[in-house]
Amino acid sequence: MAQPFRLPSGGRVDRATPIRFTFDGRTIEGFAGDTVASALLANGVHLVGRSFKYHRPRGILTHGSDEPSALLQVDRGPGKIDPNNRATVVEARNGLATTSLNRWPSLGFDVGAVNDLLSPVFVAGFYYKTFMWPRSFWDKVYEPVIRAAAGLGVAPQVPDADAYANRHAHCDVLVVGGGPAGLAAALAAAKTGKRVILADEQPEFGGSLLHETGASIDGQSAEAWRAAAIEELDGYESVTLLPRTTAFGYYNHNHVALTERVTDHRESPAKGAPRERLWQVRAAEVVLATGAHERPLVFADNDRPGVMLAESVRVFINRYGVAPGRRIVFVTSGASAYAAAADAKAAGLEVVMVDLRPERDCASEAADLRLMGVEVLTGQTVIGTKGRKRVAGLVVAPCANGTVGARRVIACDCVGMSGGWTPAVHLFSQSRGKLAYDEGRDAFLPGVSAQAERSAGAAAGVYDLASCLATGFAAGAEAAGATETRAFAASPTRIGFTPVRDLPTDADPAKVRAFVDFQNDVTAKDLKLAMREGFESIEHVKRYTTTGMATDQGKTSNMNALGIVSKALNRPLPAIGTTTFRPPYTPVTFGALVGPARDALFDPIRATPIHEWAAEHGAAFENVALWRRAWYFAKPGEDMHAAVVRECRAVREGVGLFDASTLGKIEVVGPDAAEFMNRMYVNPWTKLGVGRCRYGLMLKEDGYILDDGVVARMAEDRFHVTTTTGGAPRVMNHMEDYLQTEWPDLDVFLTSTTEQWAVIAVQGPKARDVIAPLVSGIDLSNEAFPHMSVREGAICGAPCRLFRVSFTGDLGYEINVPADYGRAVWEAVFAAGEPYGITPYGTETMHVLRAEKGYIIVGQETDGTVTPDDVGLAGMIAKAKKDFVGKRSLARPDVVASGRKQLVGLATETASLVLDEGAQIVADPNQPIPMKMLGHVTSSYFSANCGRSIALALVADGRALMGRTLHVTTPTGFAPATVCDPVFFDAEGGRIHA
Amino acid sequence: MLDRSLFARRDRPLGAAPTSNDRARVSPAPAGVRLSLRVRGAEGLSRLGLGLAINRMSAEGERFSARLGPNEWLLGAGEADLEALEAEIEAALGDRFHSVVDVSHRNVGLEISGPDAAAALNAGCPLDLGDAAFPAGSATRTLLGKAEIVLLRPTAEPLYRVECWRSFAPYVHAFLVEAARTA
Amino acid sequence: MLLIDCPFCGTRPETEFRCGGEAHIARPADPSALDDGAWAEHLFVRSNPRGLHAERWVHAHGCGRWFNAVRDTFTDRFVETYKAGEQPSHPIDDARA
Ligand SMILES: [Zn+2]
Repeated sequence: MAQPFRLPSGGRVDRATPIRFTFDGRTIEGFAGDTVASALLANGVHLVGRSFKYHRPRGILTHGSDEPSALLQVDRGPGKIDPNNRATVVEARNGLATTSLNRWPSLGFDVGAVNDLLSPVFVAGFYYKTFMWPRSFWDKVYEPVIRAAAGLGVAPQVPDADAYANRHAHCDVLVVGGGPAGLAAALAAAKTGKRVILADEQPEFGGSLLHETGASIDGQSAEAWRAAAIEELDGYESVTLLPRTTAFGYYNHNHVALTERVTDHRESPAKGAPRERLWQVRAAEVVLATGAHERPLVFADNDRPGVMLAESVRVFINRYGVAPGRRIVFVTSGASAYAAAADAKAAGLEVVMVDLRPERDCASEAADLRLMGVEVLTGQTVIGTKGRKRVAGLVVAPCANGTVGARRVIACDCVGMSGGWTPAVHLFSQSRGKLAYDEGRDAFLPGVSAQAERSAGAAAGVYDLASCLATGFAAGAEAAGATETRAFAASPTRIGFTPVRDLPTDADPAKVRAFVDFQNDVTAKDLKLAMREGFESIEHVKRYTTTGMATDQGKTSNMNALGIVSKALNRPLPAIGTTTFRPPYTPVTFGALVGPARDALFDPIRATPIHEWAAEHGAAFENVALWRRAWYFAKPGEDMHAAVVRECRAVREGVGLFDASTLGKIEVVGPDAAEFMNRMYVNPWTKLGVGRCRYGLMLKEDGYILDDGVVARMAEDRFHVTTTTGGAPRVMNHMEDYLQTEWPDLDVFLTSTTEQWAVIAVQGPKARDVIAPLVSGIDLSNEAFPHMSVREGAICGAPCRLFRVSFTGDLGYEINVPADYGRAVWEAVFAAGEPYGITPYGTETMHVLRAEKGYIIVGQETDGTVTPDDVGLAGMIAKAKKDFVGKRSLARPDVVASGRKQLVGLATETASLVLDEGAQIVADPNQPIPMKMLGHVTSSYFSANCGRSIALALVADGRALMGRTLHVTTPTGFAPATVCDPVFFDAEGGRIHA
Repeated sequence: MLDRSLFARRDRPLGAAPTSNDRARVSPAPAGVRLSLRVRGAEGLSRLGLGLAINRMSAEGERFSARLGPNEWLLGAGEADLEALEAEIEAALGDRFHSVVDVSHRNVGLEISGPDAAAALNAGCPLDLGDAAFPAGSATRTLLGKAEIVLLRPTAEPLYRVECWRSFAPYVHAFLVEAARTA
Repeated sequence: MLLIDCPFCGTRPETEFRCGGEAHIARPADPSALDDGAWAEHLFVRSNPRGLHAERWVHAHGCGRWFNAVRDTFTDRFVETYKAGEQPSHPIDDARA
């Protein structure tokens, strides 16, 4: 018979809509509205997993997000596999395939369960004590074995097939939790017209009202009140209702992160709909109505499948119409379990109530239940459970003043336990609010707030329904800036409990395994052992025993652990304190955190206007900052080396075409522009004529090179500054900083024009011949337009700033045209150059050509500790300038001291050997280790034009070592190389003026 | 004489085709003129939107002026209006020290409109785009995902203009299309 | 994510800003007049207090203006922000003092 434990009536499930999914390959039938847990229970399945450490059989402990035990792998299709889902949270639907975790080879027979027999070995701190030595065993032996044996779930093998969305949102009042307190808070806030967001992790709003089937509010049923409240909220434009949305992190300035599960519950979601949406809400005020978690009781073998929380038994019966068992024993130290027992009895189940409290402390609720014909035992303790993969009986005994009486076994197939309630103060604690211990309620409650928030209802330790509604309403009104309060009439709630820690027992303490933390398999004995070993701080106990460190964040275990520690240390509980609550409140998928930032949206990929042309012409690309630059243009059959050799020769012998659009550009404008440039650069600018260019060198205040680039004076009050590709934002920030904060009196403005201009470098002896037919309004003759000058005119009819500059050492031009004309002008130049064999080249050839000339690249020859003199550029410094950024530091003792590394060339003895960039340099390769290192190789290439390898290096006192042979590390040893001038090609420099 | 067939035409990085669903429409904007105007102490002047408060804009047809900071305005005009706009600036500011830089090719514009436009922008823009916080006439530099943008809301319509630097345009466009799809 | 009150734009999210370190360290008018010790002090030594700290921020992805803020380095609270060139109204903690 399908669903043998489905009650004949009741529950919120849609019995007209049956659904099917699989659990470990077995088909499970349920109804729409079920969770995986409720459907499994409807089919009598209690054994759903093995525990983390001991591989003990585990069942379903709770009905919600605090579930520590029932963790499943959920497969929703290819690329949609997720481990560690709580069965109590996953909404059951057609097409899901779920599997249990931590079992091998099968759930029923698990090899790892031998750990349970060896449990005396697996005590607190086991990992620390056992796997200490030798260190290498961690990586090779211990860790792989532990991982294989433990392991929560299986990592997916293919990329996540789902889409995830992100949303920044703002509101006046964020209400977290849609139970009675949260609904009342949202109603009160919404009435003021303020923007309200109400979020709840459940598919339906209502919280406890969803299973408080007998309750009434203001004369109507709880369900009718709930429906009316949601209808009213839905009617407000200013209210956003977010079901299936968990607030998991509470950050600075009321920044609250929530995940909305958008489509997991849908069999065929709308095409393109995201699986989850991360909400980053900035709320003026927050109301925390997050409810409370029920505490398990700590007794031997309390982890037996079939043993669950009392309120959860009630939820499965009332909300899902499922009987977790036919014969249920409730065991409690508080009043709330009586409501569960009454509902179970009313549902036609056999019920026994075991109360740990003496008769005098529970007489009223006991009497009520006895009137229903339920046996109620009071003044009891629990010795243990019977059964293995499913509870078969509860062993109880009377207990007074620590004396345990005769045992009695109560046969059962389900146990509902309640050790009281713990307010869910996680978000409050994350907000940095101070918790305050309340002895009467045996709980840490929200105390002094650190942010604009307030707690209401059970989260504030208020358990009575009418009071939950009233505190919620008041909190919502207050958060919205109103003062309205409201009294609610509601049916009474059974509240109050006596805190118990681990239960008294007459069993051999060495054999008792009473679990405190179900997910991390921490027992009361482990906690006591930790304290005997000297761990007294609760933060240390947590880490040593791992209690509260699992994915459930100690929701069910926290107060029991604190209580046991408090009792063992004989210190009051507030003196023990509590551990810090950290985000996330419940596990969050990586997908939700990543959001849309994957594939093409992972990072902006910056491409120039000429990028597509390069791609069409076979370019390989390299990443430079966020830019993608053409690296080299291989022809069919060429490798990179062959392509670069060809490109390098073409530039020296004919003409090459290079996309320099990524160079940073800044327009410096104003009457004080030259003065500003004088202060920012080492060079002199005052006398630079309009139409002339100068190589500029920029330092940080510490005297080290920050950036370099050609600067053109377009007008008396206007400079066209270029920077390195990667340095563009840095230079702009650096200039703006000084301009705004040190010299606000200067009449200068800076504008980034990096992307206004496409820059086409035409380099080589034939460069002039190629561009001449395309250029209008500029006399290109050597006399009219010499090296290091700039002219404004037109090219192909487009306005241009034409630079005569060269980073190759040959005749060259850099054509700056407005970016939208870039590709058209590039194509025109390419066509005009075809008779000359014009060759497009990439950054690799650009690097080789400039290295042949000994030109530095900032970031390659410099590393933030290199001065102008170190790289032989001291001559750039304007001697007459009293001050510029970095000048004073050039006189610092360590900067003027001898022994600084200086830029030199290196010629390897073996002409074909290309040294490794970064390779270390020593004088004597036979000296003892550690060797004295003289410097390192900064650039190294094979130069076809020089017919040999070339390298640049920074070497201590290098300029004094010309002609000396030094030794450079190679992957196999050392290679000898001679120190030489860094200019390898055309040392006289005549070609550039051709 | 230069062969006219060699004359370059503006080639924008995004196509012109809008991407649309019922709730949000993302359309690349046509080419136009953009000038970055920098001037201090011009608040008293009313022309060219110089009197606007910081983070406010005015618009008429293709012309707009957006004050992005205490001394920074982004001026927009149609393609053919460059000289006219420059002349207006000179007329308005005369000898007062100012800086005008043509950024027409640096900036790329997009429009996003429809009932979900603000929600889609909020996929990557952390600002409050509600009517109270970002009413008609708002304009500011901000972020969209990992790109810097200028966000303009010329009118009370759910229509926003996004301007970014040229090389960020494909990212910004793809981001908005994805955001409109999943808003 | 913090909220920072730009003196020009109002309250904006932290991601639009960049911090530029301790504020009110004026660049000497004539650095060459400083001896090596005083210059090193200017370049490298900062107060690094536990408590109220005056620091430089720039609204990088907003109005682009540099301004100053007083932030509590212990609580991460911004106490006030003010324009460059102005003085804070709160006394600043100085670990060097
Ligand atoms: Zn600002």
